[in-house]
Formats: sequence, structure tokens, C-alpha cells
Amino acid sequence: MYSDKVMDHFDHPRNAGILEDADAVGTVGNAKCGDIMRIYLNIEDDIIEDVSFKTFGCGAAVATSSMATELIKGKSVEEALTITNSAVMEALDGLPPNKVHCSLLAEEAINAAIYDYAEKHDKTYPGLHEPVEDIHEEDDDDE
Amino acid sequence: MKEIYMDNAATTRVSERVIKKAPEILRDTYHNPSSIYRGAQMAKAEIEKVREDLAKSLNANPKEIYFTSGGTESDNWAIRGVAEKKGQGHIITSSIEHHAVLHTCEYLEKQGFSVSYLPVDDKGLVSIEDVAKEIRDDTILISIMYANNEIGTVQPIAEIGRLARDKDILFHTDAVQAFGKLDIDVNLENIDLLSLSAHKLHGLKGTGALYVRKGIRLENLIQGGAQEKKKRAGTENVMGILALGEAMRESYEERDEKNRVVRGWREHLIDTLLAEIPYSRLNGDREKRLPGNVNISFRFIEGESLLMLLEKEGILASSGSACTSGSLDPSHVLLAIGLPHEIAHGSLRISLDYTENDEGQIEHLISVLPGIVERLRNLSPLYEDYLKGEN
Repeated sequence: MYSDKVMDHFDHPRNAGILEDADAVGTVGNAKCGDIMRIYLNIEDDIIEDVSFKTFGCGAAVATSSMATELIKGKSVEEALTITNSAVMEALDGLPPNKVHCSLLAEEAINAAIYDYAEKHDKTYPGLHEPVEDIHEEDDDDE
Repeated sequence: MKEIYMDNAATTRVSERVIKKAPEILRDTYHNPSSIYRGAQMAKAEIEKVREDLAKSLNANPKEIYFTSGGTESDNWAIRGVAEKKGQGHIITSSIEHHAVLHTCEYLEKQGFSVSYLPVDDKGLVSIEDVAKEIRDDTILISIMYANNEIGTVQPIAEIGRLARDKDILFHTDAVQAFGKLDIDVNLENIDLLSLSAHKLHGLKGTGALYVRKGIRLENLIQGGAQEKKKRAGTENVMGILALGEAMRESYEERDEKNRVVRGWREHLIDTLLAEIPYSRLNGDREKRLPGNVNISFRFIEGESLLMLLEKEGILASSGSACTSGSLDPSHVLLAIGLPHEIAHGSLRISLDYTENDEGQIEHLISVLPGIVERLRNLSPLYEDYLKGEN
């Protein structure tokens, strides 16, 4: 059901992991729905110097996060904000219809991370909006 | 890579004996069993032989067995058949039934019937007290599955049957997962209606049966010819029925020994996985459980990713995650036993089978699964947050 590109990004996720001393972090989605994406950014002179991600979710969620980090790496913050979910999908040679929401989540995750950066540095960028999906805080004391 | 099929609750590989016999059946037994010439009558006789063997395995009378297109049709027919014959009334079922039962009950609610969906405990067990409490003057049917397809929990069928009989209420059980594996005695357990399917025990898809206790009148689901004593029309699925017979006889050969072996694999898998993988939990009852069912939730990870990585190791299994169910919610069964959504998303169901699996496959699963779970956890923001919270 997945394209070769999706499978490749799922099997070999690019930029996976935590970025130590990241300048910004954005998390979207919630565990209830089964998808959480977190994007870390290092930004210098408004250029995304480094990026990484962590994702809880299905194969498409992992692949879209991975592709999204590839698409924004080295780009200016403004350019990164123009990347849409369709661009992520296209770069992956498409997603099954019931997985389109994963690409939307990837677009929102980029926005959320940049929003965090803008807040911290008191900056504004065209197209930037408040993260739409709040981080669903986990109750981790039930073990 | 050789395929390691561990999804035998979804369906099973067709029995080698069936495959061997199929060409002969397809070539020679093509006549319409309703016709009068010899070939047709031979087909009819073969079908009746299967009916007899099937009845014997349930301690029923052959006249009480009706062939259908599968478990779903049997469930639909049993429940709608009773409801529509009675015209009105109340039905008791459980919240962890297969959708063939749940959606039929929801349909009947729209037709004016009322339905109680019993809760289950954290092991997936229906309590007999809960059943008793729900019984009303107008209760016409109790429908509780024999064993659950996802978590393997086996229900107290004999107790429910006893209660239903005492209260003069019809009792249906969906035995699709239990048939061929557990001892079922429709008389001892006071079962009035029982659904079963062929493809869960190495028969063909598209064949099943409904046991209907003598004297119970059901509205027909399918109208047409006089087949199945005018109760279930349509030219008999000769190949499917004969394959069911062959597969069923095979599954009953040394069944206790097969169950003992499969149970051993199951116990070994459960013990080892729970010990080796932290933040994991077994879903379903440890004792009252189908021989081949293992259902474990791994926290902080999602089921579809888990299945995809297992498939890379050749292992085919299933999950209760939303991504594999086609809806936004994870399995209704896992939610009903009280799992939070995020833990339900990270569930894995392994269903083992005697002829399909072997010890080497179990060991292979044990050798790769901890690494796969760890890999996904290292990618998971939930795990990251959890570790941060711990420090």
C-alpha cells in the first residue's frame, strides 16, 4: 500500500533522533489519535542549519516526518514555512488516502517548531500560525 | 525470506489435504446437489456427511446444522433471525463482540429493538452477574462470543447458557475462534445458536455454518430456493462445504496434543516477551485463553510501525492500532478492557497454529521483537518524555 519512497524513509529515517541544544522544538498530534510528531531545529541567521525528528505513529507518519526534515534542511525559515503537506506527499510519491493526515501533521510540525523559535527570539514570519494541535501531555505515573 | 505466518486468528492457510482433494471435487462434484441424477445425489450425500461430522463435533443433531457463507452471515442470521421472528424485544450482548454481532445489534436498534452491551473486566471477561442484571421481561436473546478474536479470552459460556435456559431466553454464541480448538457441547452448555467459520481452521473463505437448536424458529435471512430445508436458500457451496469437512476432521485429529503444543508456545512467548521487553503488558486472561493467542501492548510505540518492521523479518501478525483498523480509534476490544488509547495503539496480536508454526519461528520472533520495540521507542517522542519524567 505504500510507495517505495515511503518504505525507504520508514526503513531508513533521515534525521531521526534528538538534536542536542536545539534552538527550537515543536510537537503536534496526540497519542489518542495515534500520531505524534516532534521536530527539533537549529537555526542560524534564519537558515535551518540542522533538523531532527521523533515520531510516534504509523509507517506513513514516520516517513512524512523524515521527508519533511529533508525538505527543510538548509532552507531559510521563510522557505520552510511554504512547504505544504502536498509537497511532502509528492516527494514521497504519494500516500494512501487514509494517510493524508500524516502529511498534514508533518506540515504542522514544521510550523510548530518555527513558532517556538519565533516566540523565543521575538520574531515574526509570513505564514506562521499558532500551533493548531496542542501537545497531549501524558500521564506517565500509571506503570 | 521465508514467510512466518502468525496471524492465524485472521485466517489460516488452506489445508494441504483440501488442496490435494480440491481438483477431484471441482472436476467431479460439479452437479447441482438439488438435481436428481446420480452425480448430484453423490454431491448431496457428501454434503450430508459433513453435516453429520460437524453436528457430532458439537454434540448436535445433523438436522440442526445449516451451511452459510461464513461467520458473518451466521451471526447476522442468528441475531436478526430471532429478532425479526419475535418482532420486538431486548437483546443482551457484550461490548467486545465481533463487528458481525455488534453492527447487527446496532442495525436492530434502528429497527426499534433495544440492546444492552455488557462491559467486560480488565481481562475481557463478561460477568454472569452482569448478564443476570440486564435480563428483562422482554429479553429475547443473549449473544456472547465463545472466545474473543483479539485477546483470546474464553467466556463462561456454560454459565451463561444455564442462566439463559433458566430464564427461557435464547442463547447465541459466536464460536468462530473457538470452533475446532475448544471442546464445544451445545447441550451441556445450553447453547441455542452457534456461529462458526471454515477458514479459521484451514478450510476455505466463504463457508460457515449456523447451529440452530431444534424447535427454534428463525426468520430467513436469504430468500430463494428450497436448500437447507428452506431456511437458507442458494445452491450449496459444494467445494467450500466439503473442504470444511476435510479441514475439520483434520483439526480434530489428536487435537488435545496439538493444543498442548500450541499452548506451550504461547506460554513461552508470553513469559519471554514480558520479561525481556520493559513497559509491556499482556492483554486478556492468562488462563481462560485460546491456545494460540498472544496479545501484548508495548507502551510508547504504535502498532502499524511494529507490524511493518516485523514483516521485514518475515513475520506476519496483527495489531489493534487505529492505523490497521481503518478508523481513528484503536480496537474496541482493547478500549473495553480499559486500555488508554495510546497503549491500545501499541498492541500486537500473535495467533499461533499447530500446522502453521514451529518452535524455530517462535524463537525467531523472540530474537527480533525486543530490538524492533527498542528501535521504535528510540524514535518515539512519548518515550523521550517518559524518560525525561523519570530523571
